[in-house]
Order: sequence, then structure tokens, then C-alpha cells
Amino acid sequence: MTAAKTHRSAEEIGRTEAGPRPLPELGHQEAAAELSTVDTTLPNGLRVIAVRRATVPMVEVRLRVPFADPAEPGSGSAHAAQAEILANTVLTGTETRSRVQIDTELALVGGELDAVVDPERLSFTGNALATGFGTVLDMLRDVLTNASYPAEEIERERGRLVERITIARSQPNVIAREALQRVLYGDHPYAKEMPEADEVAAVTRDEVLALHRKALLPKGSVLVVVGDVEPSDAVAQIGAAMETWTGDGEAFQLPPLPAVKGGDVQLVHRAGAVQSQIRLAAQAIPRTDERYPALQLANLVYGGFFSSRLVENIREDKGYTYSARSHPEFTIHGATLLIDADTASEVTAAALLETRYELARLGMVPPSESEVDVARRYAIGSLLTSTSSQGGLASFLVNLAGLGLNIDWLVAHPRRLEAVTPEQVAAAALEFFAPANFTGVLVGDAEQLAPKLRALGGVQVP
Amino acid sequence: MASPELHRFTLPNGLRVVLAPDASAPVVGVSVHYDVGFRSEPEGRTGFAHLFEHLMFQGSESLEKLAHFRHVQSSGGTFNGSTHPDYTDYYQLLPSAALERALFLEADRMRAPKLTEENLRNQIDVVKEEIRLNVLNRPYGGFPWILLPPVLFKTFANAHNGYGDFVDLESATVDDCAEFFDTYYSPSNAVLTVAGDLDVEATKALVEKHFGDVPARPKPERPSFAEPAPQGEVRHEHGDALAPLPAIAIGYRVPDPVTDIDGYLAYLVLAGVLTDGDSSRLQQRLVHREGIVIDLNAGCGLFGPLEARDPDTFSITAIHTPEVDASQVVAAIDEELQKLAQEPPSVEELAKVTARWASTMHKEHDRLTNRTLGLGSAELLFGRAELIYELPERIASVTVDEVSAAAKALRPDARALLLVKPTGGTQ
Repeated sequence: MTAAKTHRSAEEIGRTEAGPRPLPELGHQEAAAELSTVDTTLPNGLRVIAVRRATVPMVEVRLRVPFADPAEPGSGSAHAAQAEILANTVLTGTETRSRVQIDTELALVGGELDAVVDPERLSFTGNALATGFGTVLDMLRDVLTNASYPAEEIERERGRLVERITIARSQPNVIAREALQRVLYGDHPYAKEMPEADEVAAVTRDEVLALHRKALLPKGSVLVVVGDVEPSDAVAQIGAAMETWTGDGEAFQLPPLPAVKGGDVQLVHRAGAVQSQIRLAAQAIPRTDERYPALQLANLVYGGFFSSRLVENIREDKGYTYSARSHPEFTIHGATLLIDADTASEVTAAALLETRYELARLGMVPPSESEVDVARRYAIGSLLTSTSSQGGLASFLVNLAGLGLNIDWLVAHPRRLEAVTPEQVAAAALEFFAPANFTGVLVGDAEQLAPKLRALGGVQVP
Repeated sequence: MASPELHRFTLPNGLRVVLAPDASAPVVGVSVHYDVGFRSEPEGRTGFAHLFEHLMFQGSESLEKLAHFRHVQSSGGTFNGSTHPDYTDYYQLLPSAALERALFLEADRMRAPKLTEENLRNQIDVVKEEIRLNVLNRPYGGFPWILLPPVLFKTFANAHNGYGDFVDLESATVDDCAEFFDTYYSPSNAVLTVAGDLDVEATKALVEKHFGDVPARPKPERPSFAEPAPQGEVRHEHGDALAPLPAIAIGYRVPDPVTDIDGYLAYLVLAGVLTDGDSSRLQQRLVHREGIVIDLNAGCGLFGPLEARDPDTFSITAIHTPEVDASQVVAAIDEELQKLAQEPPSVEELAKVTARWASTMHKEHDRLTNRTLGLGSAELLFGRAELIYELPERIASVTVDEVSAAAKALRPDARALLLVKPTGGTQ
């Protein structure tokens, strides 16, 4: 005897009497409203970009200061550690405000201000209710010109930073990123995204003060404001607030990086890991290169979005991974192509095989017209959606400015994408995605992984 | 702040619809919230609601496997879904020219998803990779959202792991999927939200065109998941081989946000007073003054505030230095709560929290995906999408005495204490 049926079968659920229906056509697309914007340079050398976007009564602020290590590669420079302490303490006091006062004043206007540093730049990110724009600017001026680096704050942040670095280095993606940067750039300062604990412990307050004076400079830096503000008013306010931020020389740009050359993937042992990080990299080209739009579309077809060959292969067909993607990463001098996938230990070698197979296939079986069109429409649409919020637009613009580009690049980019031909995408695929261009790392349990990776080849197994 | 206009209607099949026009950018957000989350999973089927979320992307009567992704992305859009204790959502953000296409895609899988053995096996593998990525292979994986509920709650519904364990996931069948769909994924158990660049009348017509003939099915009765707060302090120690530093999570119960929203919001403000910003009480004391805590958070709901019905959680989490015993951190937190219970916070402390929440809400609404999802979940859980626009004002009207009373209610004798101990041996 069977129980009474309470639900339909999967087959019954999956069909209706009317049968499959046609996909609706796309409607008419309105263009995004023109942005009212000012892009200018103040007498102190600071470039200011202000854009009105009054969707909510907020204002977003981004300040980017080139902050690279001026020392020669391999010199054992303490810059990374000093810069890290500086970023962690620059907002902890000024000659007139304590850490608590800074946070309180910002909070009362619904505001936030943070500073982070990486091998290329020191970035301040802030926002507030539009009525609090003046407060955020004044706070920024105060920390830029009067940061006091209280001794006890330096002391505590040094200790805290050591612990935070320890936590970060326990994360598999951080372990993989650090290993990859070492393989790509050796002892170039660009590879050092996090200092060592003993370097952090050795940083003195005087060194931080000196670094601030020497390196936190307006010339070469850019301040972006996006929000419910009139651009010309905003620039005037910024001009008045930042007048006192001065300094000799120009903020220090990242020196050129060695070109990424293809080669074996390095296996990095992580005992007991139940999943491996596959991280591959190859040389690419900057956004200003005329081949870039074609490369951008080739990258999307390879692994740059969900409807890509790599994701459809190793996730939706084989179930090897939850997340796989490829993406370009830019510096002021150039770009790399990065491929990331995290896979269970038992399928890691198979996933690497498929990842390489899709690289080769992109050149040999180039993207079809329909693949190129899907990628093109995604590239144009996602540019629109990712820059449709104040914060999204502000972050996009400050990154462009860091590459020496302005809002015109953003506005014109859809047209560049429209003009790319499948032949150009095929050429980019062949040139930039050749498997031999790539090198990288693989982090995982070497004992489990070694037999298959040795058989696969192209992997240096310890 | 003026509330943007909202339009609602219900189709004859029971689908509730919320439209929120805003022409400031030519983009549109579309979401469907189903009133089922991992609290509704039967025993032996942990992780099923989330696994099912994956399957809803695997094709439907009009769309072969992979077509959903391709149609959204080739329209210039982005998409995703997520599973919560009390609901599962699906969402798209697209240039507004693709609105009809987005509605078509959601309607087609609400009407007739293709649930196949092949897709089920494939997505079980994908979900296992997701769990390895976010839990098993990562320090502090599942902290605290998977680890705290089994300490704070006793019933299977509230306490179990919403990601599921591998044995349960592997034993899921296509027929389980069919039953789950027929029970919970009826139009009467869902809310469709469309926000952004839309014309109200035209959108209403499109919704009727695409969702109107999804057959009506009964709305499942939602059982009560209520259970009493712990009688005493319940402790659990969890060994984490990958974590370099010890951590704690303290869990308390909060008022029912459906029947006592203002009571609930007092805890939201309390969380701000305790941990939002360098000038908050616990940050100042534990991180900056005593330097015993590395990272600190407090908040309502393990997925964020107002993301679940009763019973919900107030949690305080901290990663602390190994030289310090967890009891020292807990004692300091208790002391600060006690102070607040005896003497209410200052008006300025609340003003800070209120202003930061106002800007947080503005930022959320400026990101159309978040606004669409916020409207949809508020409509589903509380029957009031406009709640998200009212929050800044309601938060501003919480009084210092209400915050003090909330602090007083976070008692050591009615809470869960989760201690995460590193067991990897090396730092």
C-alpha cells in the first residue's frame, strides 16, 4: 500500500499545458543621465574630481595618495611596515582632536572615514549625510595636516596589527595571494602586501611622522567626491579646506613591475587542507591599449562572468568548484590577467587540467559571435549597474584616476565595446590566453595532490 | 525624509507584488522572496532549503540549463539568490530595457522548474565546495551563524546548520525537491518586488502577463518556531584547527520584531552604542584602552537586523588575544552592560547611532539591489515594505531609557556562550 500522494512528481512540475514560451525581446534602453562634473587641479597639486549624483542625500569621498616604496627592490625596506602603522593610526588623533572626538564628530553627521594602504597607494574612504560634507572635509584636512600619532595609539595598533596579520595569514585566499605575488614579482615591493610581525614591531613613532611628512603629499594625489553636491561648490569647499595641505615633491608612484612570464605552477603545501586554491596569472595590457576592449571581452568569455566557459565547465558541468573566475588587475604601468578557483583536494588536478584546456581552447576555438555579443552586452550593462550608486561611481572614478584616466574614459567605454569585432576578440584570445603565458601557484595538501599533479605536469611539486 | 511611493497589489493566484518606481538611473531591480528558509527543513534534510535555491537556477520549462544566467547577463544584468532562516530570495539587477525579460525568467521557474537528477547531483557537489570554501577550509568558518544557534536554541528548527551536513545533502532526492517545491514555492507564498526605473501601469501589465497564469496552490501553514529563552548560561567550546586566535560569541534573545518592532530596535541602537565606531563603549574599552580584543561586533540577527522572525538573536562576537582568558572579555562586556542598565547612555551617544543608521539606510537604498531586497523581505516578514523607509525615524525615536532597559535584559543567566579555541597548535 502506498501513502496518498501529496505532491506532483518532478516531471509533472517541469511542464505546463501551454508548453515553453518565447523569451521577451529587450525594450528600449534609456541612456544614463549626463553627469555634471568638474575635474581640476588645485594650486597645491591635488587633483579634484567632483560629480553630482543626488539619488540619496549622501556624499562619498575617496582620496588616493600614491604611496609606493621608494627603496630599491630587495633592500629589505621597512616601508611596508611603516606605511601599515601610518594607515592604522592616521585617524587616531590630531593636534586638536582625540581618536574618540574624531569618531564622535563623524558619527554625528552620519559619517565614516577609513584609511588603508597597499603597495601602490594610501586610500581614504569616507562618506556622510550631504549636510555633513564640511565635517568630513575638515576631518580629512585635520588628519592630513595635523595628525599627531599619539604614542599610546602607535603602541596599541602595533600590537593589534601583528594579531590581525596573523589572522589574515590564516585565511587560504591570503596565503595563496602572497604566494602568487612572490612567484610573479619576487622581492619587488609590489609583492609585499603585508609586512612581517617583526618589521611591524620595530616601527617607531618618529618613523611614522617622518613618513607622513615625506610621502603623504597632495601633488600626484586625487580626491573624488560623488553625491548630493554641486560640483563647483564642492571644488570650492575642497579648495578652501585643502589649501593648508602642502608638501615638497610629488607622491611616489609604483615603479614598473617585471613582466609576468609563463612557467610552472608552484605547489604550496598546506597540511590537512580539504580544498585547494588555484591561482594563475599572465601579462596583460592597460585600459588605454587599443586592444583592451577586445581583451576585456575575451576575458569575460573565458572566466570573467557566470556565463563563461570556465564556470560552465568546472562548476555547472563538473561540480569541481563553487567559485571560479578570471579578471584583469591594473597598475599604473600595466596589467595582469588573474584566474582564481577553489576546488576540493580530490578534483584539484582535474580542475587545473580543465582550466588550462579552456585557456588553449579560447585561442583554438575562438569565441563565437553570439558568445562575444553576450559578453559585450554584459560588459556594457554591468558598467551601468556598477556605477549607478554614489559609492560605486566614486570607487570606479578614483581607480580610473589612479590609472591616469578620467570620467571621459567611462562615458566613452560602451562605444569602444560596441566596436569590437569577433576577429579582434579571437586575436586577443590567441595572444593573451595562451596557456604558455601563465604561471601561478596552487595551495593545498601536497601529500594528497602530488601524485596527480606530477602526472599532469607543469607543476613544481615540493 | 519623504518615503518614495510604493504600489502593491495581489494577483488572483495569491502572488503579492510591490512596485517602487524611481527614475534616477535607467536600471531596475527584481526580486522574488519565498516564505521558506532553513528553519522549515525537516530533520535529516539539513541544508535542503539552500540546496534547493541552487536548483532553481538550473532550468525551467522554457529555459534549458545555463539559460537563466546567460539571459540575465546578456541583458547586461547581474543575479543571485540567498537562503535565510525564514526566507529564500532570488534577485536580478538589470538595465531597465530588460525588465520584461527578468519577469519572464522569474515567472517561468515559479511555474515550472526543471528538477532533474543530473542537476541535483551537480549542485550537491557545488554546494559542498561552497561549504568547504566558507566553513571547512577557513578559520572561523561558520562563526557565529552556524556555531551559535545550537548553543542558544534547543529545537531542531532553530538550532541546526543551515548549510547542512554532507550526509544529509548527499541523500537528497529529486522527489524531495518536488515535494519542497509544491509545498513552499507557490505564488501565494511569495512576494515579487520591482524597484527602479519602471512605469507602474506598464509593469503591472507585465507582471499579470507573466505571473498571472502560474497556477494557484495553497499557502502552507507556517508553524510556530517559538521556544523559551535559555534558563541559565549555556556554554559550548568549539575547537577550530585553523583559527590562530581564540574567539567568543555571546548570544541572547531579542523581542519579536513582528509584534514589538520598537522593542527590537532598542537592541539595534544598543548594538551601536556598544560597538559602532572608535567612540563606542566596547571598542573604546576592549580594543583601544585595554587592548585585549582584536575584532569586535554586536548586532541583531545573525544575517543582519530584521532578517528573521521570532525567535531571533542578539549577538556580541570578539576575537581576542591568547594571553587573555575568555572570561575576562565576558566579564568586561557584562560590566559595560551593567553600567548601561544602571545609567542610560547619553543623548549624544544615541544621536551618533541614529545619524549613522540614517546614512546606512541611505547607502543601502542607493544600491538598487539592496533596496529591492529590503522592500521584499520587509513585505514578506512584516507585511510592510515601507518599514525600510521608516527605519531612520523609528531608530531616532528610541529613548535612552529603552536602550538602558535592553542592556538590562541581556542577562548572564539567559544566554549562550560559545568559545572558539584554536587547536592547530601553531600560530
